Amino acid sequence: MKIVKGQLNFIVLLHVSEIWIHKHMYVAGKTGRSVQILFPLSSLKLTTWQRQLRDHQASMIREGFLDDQFIQLQKLQDESTPDFVIEVITMFFDDSENLLNNMKRALEQSPVDFRQLDAHVHQYKGSSASVGAARVKNVCASFRNFCDTQNLEGCVRCLQQLQHEYSLLKNNLQHLFRLQQQIQAAGGSIPTIE
Amino acid sequence: MEMQLTVTCFSFSHFYCLLCHHLVSFLHPTPTHPPNHIKGLASLVDCSYVKEEESAKVVQSITMESCNCIEPQWPADELLMKYQYISDFFIALAYFSIPLELIYFVKKSAVFPYRWVLVQFGAFIVLCGATHLINLWTFTMHTRTVAIVMTTAKVLTAVVSCATALMLVHIIPDLLSVKTRELFLKNKAAELDREMGLIRTQEETGRHVRMLTHEIRSTLDRHTILKTTLVELGRTLGLEECALWMPTRTGLELQLSYTLRQHNPVGYTVPIHHPVINQVFSSNRAVKISPNCPVARLRPHSGKFLPGEVVAVRVPLLHLSNFQIYDWPEVSTRNYALMVLMLPSDSARQWHVHELELVEVVADQVAVALSHAAILEESMRARDMLMEQNIALDLARREAETAIRARNDFLAVMNHEMRTPMHAIIALSSLLQETELTAEQRLMVETILKSSNLLATLINDVLDLSRLEDGSLQLEESTFNLHSVFKEVLNLIKPIASVKKLSLTLQIAADLPVYAIGDEKRLTQTILNVVGNAVKFSKEGNVSITAFVAKPESFKDARIPDFLPVPSDGHFYLQVQVKDSGAGINPQDIPKLFTKFAQNQTLATRNAAGSGLGLAICKRFVNLMEGQIWIESEGTGKGCTVTFMVKLGIPDRPNESKLPYAPKVQGNHVSKNFAGLKVLVMDDNGVSRTVTKGLLMHLGCDVTTVSSSEECLRVVSLEHKVVFMDVCTGLDGYELAVRIHEKFTKRLDRPLIVALTGNTNKVTKENCMRVGMNGLVLKPVSVDKMRGVLSELLERRVLFETI
Repeated sequence: MKIVKGQLNFIVLLHVSEIWIHKHMYVAGKTGRSVQILFPLSSLKLTTWQRQLRDHQASMIREGFLDDQFIQLQKLQDESTPDFVIEVITMFFDDSENLLNNMKRALEQSPVDFRQLDAHVHQYKGSSASVGAARVKNVCASFRNFCDTQNLEGCVRCLQQLQHEYSLLKNNLQHLFRLQQQIQAAGGSIPTIE
Repeated sequence: MEMQLTVTCFSFSHFYCLLCHHLVSFLHPTPTHPPNHIKGLASLVDCSYVKEEESAKVVQSITMESCNCIEPQWPADELLMKYQYISDFFIALAYFSIPLELIYFVKKSAVFPYRWVLVQFGAFIVLCGATHLINLWTFTMHTRTVAIVMTTAKVLTAVVSCATALMLVHIIPDLLSVKTRELFLKNKAAELDREMGLIRTQEETGRHVRMLTHEIRSTLDRHTILKTTLVELGRTLGLEECALWMPTRTGLELQLSYTLRQHNPVGYTVPIHHPVINQVFSSNRAVKISPNCPVARLRPHSGKFLPGEVVAVRVPLLHLSNFQIYDWPEVSTRNYALMVLMLPSDSARQWHVHELELVEVVADQVAVALSHAAILEESMRARDMLMEQNIALDLARREAETAIRARNDFLAVMNHEMRTPMHAIIALSSLLQETELTAEQRLMVETILKSSNLLATLINDVLDLSRLEDGSLQLEESTFNLHSVFKEVLNLIKPIASVKKLSLTLQIAADLPVYAIGDEKRLTQTILNVVGNAVKFSKEGNVSITAFVAKPESFKDARIPDFLPVPSDGHFYLQVQVKDSGAGINPQDIPKLFTKFAQNQTLATRNAAGSGLGLAICKRFVNLMEGQIWIESEGTGKGCTVTFMVKLGIPDRPNESKLPYAPKVQGNHVSKNFAGLKVLVMDDNGVSRTVTKGLLMHLGCDVTTVSSSEECLRVVSLEHKVVFMDVCTGLDGYELAVRIHEKFTKRLDRPLIVALTGNTNKVTKENCMRVGMNGLVLKPVSVDKMRGVLSELLERRVLFETI
């Protein structure tokens, strides 16, 4: 994320206020976050990023891009599997692209093999449910209905919707991961969502 | 012989006549008429003095030589001349025929040593014949040639006959001797024939003996042997009666046991010390005895004349003990039986030597056969006895086993039955003690409590001991704190000791391991018992307990000579010594101490109650622990020391005990019991598969993933405890479940099959249950949920989430 020049002062101000808040919070005994006070500036950045990450994740959940399953995934990540979530999500992305292509091709055929299409959609539904991609999952559900009723128009519309949702999700997740990588590179830890 | 005689007579008469004739003619050279009667006598014989006349005439005529014809000397008397003519003719004939006959017959006979003589004789006779023949021509006018021939013949005859006469002088003695030899040979031949007959008889007898022996030895049955002997002997020797007398058990009499003719011998007995019997017994030969002897008087005398001769022979009855290794059966102590054989009466038969020999041989054979039979009988009897003994022993063993089992059952039942009331009594009386009681009541309750405690101890001891004796008691092996055992014992005994004002000291060696492997409970029991005894039997003073590791030097203790414990890796010997300053024990009583129920205290100390089982139990525990226990005391009033050694194991690491297998700790999550739990995840969706795998790995499971049913079937094994299968994709999952069931039918440890599905309809659940799945879990699954699922599955082996 590019830091616009105009924002710099604001950020500095924010950081200072953050430190003050943190000091209090620390005294109050709240745990859960480790704050490095080695380099004041980088620590400010770190906390900002961490907050950003948290907010982002919360918003994704709020907006329905992700659900509880994603949190569960994050819970599975520990010292022995530090990149578990990224691996799974990457796999999901590949899988999605595959499946979406298949669906597109299936719909381009004539006559449309709805059963085949349904199978793809079912697969995609399962994958998305596994990673906690809620919106994608929902679209898949309605997609399946259209397949059952052999509603070609509905299917086409659903595919478009799927593609849309998928790209949104992908962007959001990639943003999330970048934030995470930044934080990790700076030596911080990923804040866990309770 | 007669023929020879006639021939000889004939020859002699002939020669005599000839001799006479020639003599006459010699004495009367002038021819005169020969007396006719001489001629008539010599009609059979050839010869005539006419020959002499002829020769005289011939000589005369030669001298006269008037004419070539010669005239007879006298006028021919017709009749006389005729007679002479005929006689001469016949004489010639006879003379010619005799040699022919001789030749013919000699040729016929094979052996005739004097052929030369024959030739000579033949020549002589032929010439005589020729002479007589030629004489036929001289009765009438004959020529000079005839006279010459006649003369020649006569001359030759003379020569040959003289030669023959001379030769006969040699020949005749030989011939006579031949005759004598012939006679001699005849006699010899007759003798040989006789002997041959004898030998044949003997050989027959020998054959009989062999056959008899064979018969006797072919059976091992006593009766058969004896019967056969008698029968065969009777047959071979043609006996009238044959009997066997056996000695009775007392050995003082002979009893008639077997006879040939009588089938049921009435039990005659004859005293054994009869002189005849003694005589027979003292020699091993068959002895002729008188028919009037009591043993020979077997049947009423049926014949008119003398009864047949009787022979008796001894039959030794051999026992196994008679056959020493180095010499043949001793003659000394022996039983004999008597065999009596009687020839038929009125037969005038006598016992021959070979028959007696046969009898002796048979007797010996019978003895051997009998001994064989006896040995066989004995061995059969022994075998029967052994079998009976076996049966009896078997029965006894079974009875003993039943008894033991009964006792064990009894104990097992009684164990519980006895302890329950005891427990009740003890518990209630101790409770009673807590309540308000008068002093008298309190005393009573205390007594009750004490007695019931004692009884409980006694019951425990008895039950323990019986188990110990059975060998059914087995020591437990566990790691325990050795030091604390001693401390515990000390704590238990301290109150009692302090009441008795005894000081109690405990010394634990520094090198004694803190932890050891062994039976803690029983070791404690032993130490407690020993220390308890020490305290019990000491009225004052101190009791000291020392515990240390037994050193090899102390092993060679003279007091326990046969005990040589060998310390090995992983084991050490704990030695505990408990010294007390009490009453002491008489050294002679020490062995009795360890026996059950033996008490040897004086009455004064008797009130210290004890069943007497304690030390016995201790000893057995100590022995079970491969150790030894012994008591030393210098005497009454000088206290005693009890020492025991037991073998204990050294644990590998002091603090390691058999803790349950600690699970792996993953991250900062403590997985409950899922460490290493092998699970199989089947899901065709890569993403879900990865997620589920991560989830289970997070919980500590060992996860294998497969993406298809076939792969699942290939990979699934009994090692996998749970199989998570995604059944979102059609009916594959259900069929897979069925196939997995088939693969591991009837195995209790087959993997649990759990369906993971996002479907929330009842149909799915029913389907899952129908195919025999062990569980159904709805996706999405959280970590906690999965944890709960796994625990429930492993506990109850089924989990069906409510849909």
